[in-house]
Amino acid sequence: MRFGIVRFPGSNCDQDCFKSVTEGLGQEAFYLWHRQTGLEGADVILLPGGFAYGDYLRAGAIARFSPIMKAVEAFARRGGPVLGICNGFQILCEAKLLPGALARNAGLRFLSHDVHLRVERADTPFTSAYREGQVLRMPLSHGEGRYVADGETLDRLEGEGRVVFRYVDEAGRATDEANPNGSLRSIAGVASEGRNVVGLMPHPDRAYDRVLGSADGLGVFRSALEAAAGAAS
Amino acid sequence: MPREGILDPEGQTIGRALGELGYEEVGGVRAGRLIRLTLEADDEREALERTAGMCEELLANPVIEDYEIDVRGVAG
Repeated sequence: MRFGIVRFPGSNCDQDCFKSVTEGLGQEAFYLWHRQTGLEGADVILLPGGFAYGDYLRAGAIARFSPIMKAVEAFARRGGPVLGICNGFQILCEAKLLPGALARNAGLRFLSHDVHLRVERADTPFTSAYREGQVLRMPLSHGEGRYVADGETLDRLEGEGRVVFRYVDEAGRATDEANPNGSLRSIAGVASEGRNVVGLMPHPDRAYDRVLGSADGLGVFRSALEAAAGAAS
Repeated sequence: MPREGILDPEGQTIGRALGELGYEEVGGVRAGRLIRLTLEADDEREALERTAGMCEELLANPVIEDYEIDVRGVAG
């Protein structure tokens, strides 16, 4: 199983993704430079965190025009699994592969701390190794992570079961206090209509091994492996 | 400019600071971004249309932002 990790100028969690896959999961990972036009036969595409193009204009706004994004869009449309973490999530929203947008954190501060997430859906290629309702702990690290969409879009996402992760407290309750950035309806991650494209603001790639403080994020990558194995059989 | 109904924490913070300075008449602040660009066009209408396209495709994110375009002729 081969995970392609897209590197944009300003990506900085590309190695975290690489190690999650190679050390955490024991699978093959390789980098794809954003100027490339092909995906080199990757089975899964990861868009890592960072500050692609310095977050100029808006986070992800310029990166979506990188040549490789055409290939990523075509791959996603064919049903290929694509995961965007943090800045990768912002890029997927700007590219309209995911609905909504990530606005400046409500408290205006850059946040960098652990959060608890509740797995809302286990029927995506990045959450199938979890059970619905499971509470995970992993870090987040962003200045623009407040998930925003219009009410109609939010209702549709909820109705179609496309809210994948929500910020919760340790006991799994989605309270205002547990919502770090003012995201509407405490949304931390969403999926595309076909469920094969998933984005989330917190970092499973920084929580793939207990030595990092939590191994709760490894399931995101393991899910992709199991989903591919299931699809092949 | 943040769309109506979208929380604008930057604008709120500026509003509070103005209140603390004694500008208590300030009722609300929305903070946006100004992008000034020059382009060649046959007339204002063409300049407006081209710029609106740029706003829709890149300069603004319609999910969270509104935009206004102000066209001014420059010599040359």
